[in-house]
Amino acid sequence: MSARSIAADVASGARTAVSVLDEHLARVAARESELNAFNLVTEDTARAQAEAVDAAVAAGTTVGPLAGVPLALKDNMCTRGIPTTCSSRILEGWRPPYDATVVSRLADAGAVFVGKTNLDEFAMGSSTENSAFGPTRNPLDTGRVPGGSSGGSAAAVAADFASLAIGSDTGGSIRQPAAFCGIVGMKPTYGAVSRYGLIAFGSSLDQFGPFAKNVADAAALFDTIAGHDPLDSTSIADYTPNAVDHLDRGVEGLRVGVVRELAGGEGSVEGLSPDVLASTSEAIDALTAAGAHVEEVSVPSATLGLSAYYIVAPAEASSNLARYDGVRYGLRVDAATTGEMNTATRTAGFGAEVKRRIMLGTYALSAGYYDAFYGKALKVRTMMLRDFASVYENFDVLLTPTAPTTAFPFGERSADPMTMYVNDVCTIPSNLTGHPGISVPFGVGDDGLPVGVQVLAPALQDGLTFQVGAVLEAAANAGGAS
Amino acid sequence: MSERITRDEVTHVARLARLDLSDSEIDEFAHQLSDILDHAADIEALDVGDIEPTSHPLPMVNVFRADERRPSLDRDEVLAVAPAEQDGQFRVPPVLGEEQ
Repeated sequence: MSARSIAADVASGARTAVSVLDEHLARVAARESELNAFNLVTEDTARAQAEAVDAAVAAGTTVGPLAGVPLALKDNMCTRGIPTTCSSRILEGWRPPYDATVVSRLADAGAVFVGKTNLDEFAMGSSTENSAFGPTRNPLDTGRVPGGSSGGSAAAVAADFASLAIGSDTGGSIRQPAAFCGIVGMKPTYGAVSRYGLIAFGSSLDQFGPFAKNVADAAALFDTIAGHDPLDSTSIADYTPNAVDHLDRGVEGLRVGVVRELAGGEGSVEGLSPDVLASTSEAIDALTAAGAHVEEVSVPSATLGLSAYYIVAPAEASSNLARYDGVRYGLRVDAATTGEMNTATRTAGFGAEVKRRIMLGTYALSAGYYDAFYGKALKVRTMMLRDFASVYENFDVLLTPTAPTTAFPFGERSADPMTMYVNDVCTIPSNLTGHPGISVPFGVGDDGLPVGVQVLAPALQDGLTFQVGAVLEAAANAGGAS
Repeated sequence: MSERITRDEVTHVARLARLDLSDSEIDEFAHQLSDILDHAADIEALDVGDIEPTSHPLPMVNVFRADERRPSLDRDEVLAVAPAEQDGQFRVPPVLGEEQ
């Protein structure tokens, strides 16, 4: 059942928010031990929120647009008084003294918070295998990863533990797990959604965004969380989200570019699986049939995204994660001096992937290497911004696969960091440029698991991603995807 | 093949990052970080000339707000989640007398 139907039923009194919650909690009880989507199920909070919604409806008070809709929050979102771990030992047991702005907005909209979802530690990973609290399993095939880093949020929606979820996307961490779990996930324009209360990984790349079972629900969730926030100085000052208004506009006459470097064309990045490319090709046919003009385009610097990202993101992470020093919150491992305590705390508190990225970032920023790597990577960002700007002069949106493959088995890529990192090759460019992107399920791979197709748009054109996404979804549902 | 990053460099970077690595971690990181930087050779080799760097995706200048008092986080609540506190402040082990 869609989130919008739930909200409409709850608002009209046709169903109670408590009964909706109970249905979802029953599914959690049945499958959570198998899936591990949540770090924490917040049943008491959820019940209090659901009861408040029902009381408001009974009293004839106007309720919010997400009234009674069960929603899962990624566990890197600060929730006042509710443990927030980032799936890291270093924050285990920490209860933030404030709510993220997105959390406040969702609470005001009447959403019911079912729980805090699992992630790769500090959102560093593409499989949720890096969580300190064990991996999340893909609800569609428990031998496969759900993707990452927002794997818990994607799994929670795919398993109907929650109708909606929030994730964060630094290099693909919403879109790739959405693709792997067969749902919709969207990364907004940088600055469209407040980062206040998002525990920082790569501050110039991070964005919160929606997960939903369908494009319209994702649009409604996006419209609820987006908009200016004075508490985030990188929040866009005059942004008015209007994704829902875009849903029925169709693609007649729209100019769609297929990025050949990210879609198996000439000079393409390697490793894109044939079945994924076949689905992408069917998505192209579907858009053409719906009246769009689809052409292959070249974005030469797109192939440099992966290298630039794995310099910029760790560099920013190494700086952001310097705050975990055992002084003000989280874990402290006692030692004779403060310096020794800092080192002992960080050594005990961070997992292997987080240490690897801190090391990589510290190296890239250190004397003698700054210009060769970090300085170059920032110039590559400029090149990418220019290349995309030039392509967007002639195209409204761009199309690529979301990820090179369908969901892979546990352990298949965790031994070698580079094999894991290439998962993000199609999603990373829009983080480096700050542009929006959506992943919509389109067809299945040879293994029967879902394939995601990605629609990219220029900055501030978030609505366009939903507009095209809705057409792809309709075509996939009508059987246009195999 | 010699690694791009030596054990000594890994040890040095670990000290900068306040991480204590075991011998096997040093070997592993020397190898893995070298691999990742080998992959980044495509941008290392790039002639980027006079291209301006981009550190932030959207053009933004300083953001100002009115200089007005507003509530901040409650001190007691903040200290309640600290590892150690005393007299309304964070308490830490001695700072002086460190080796470095």
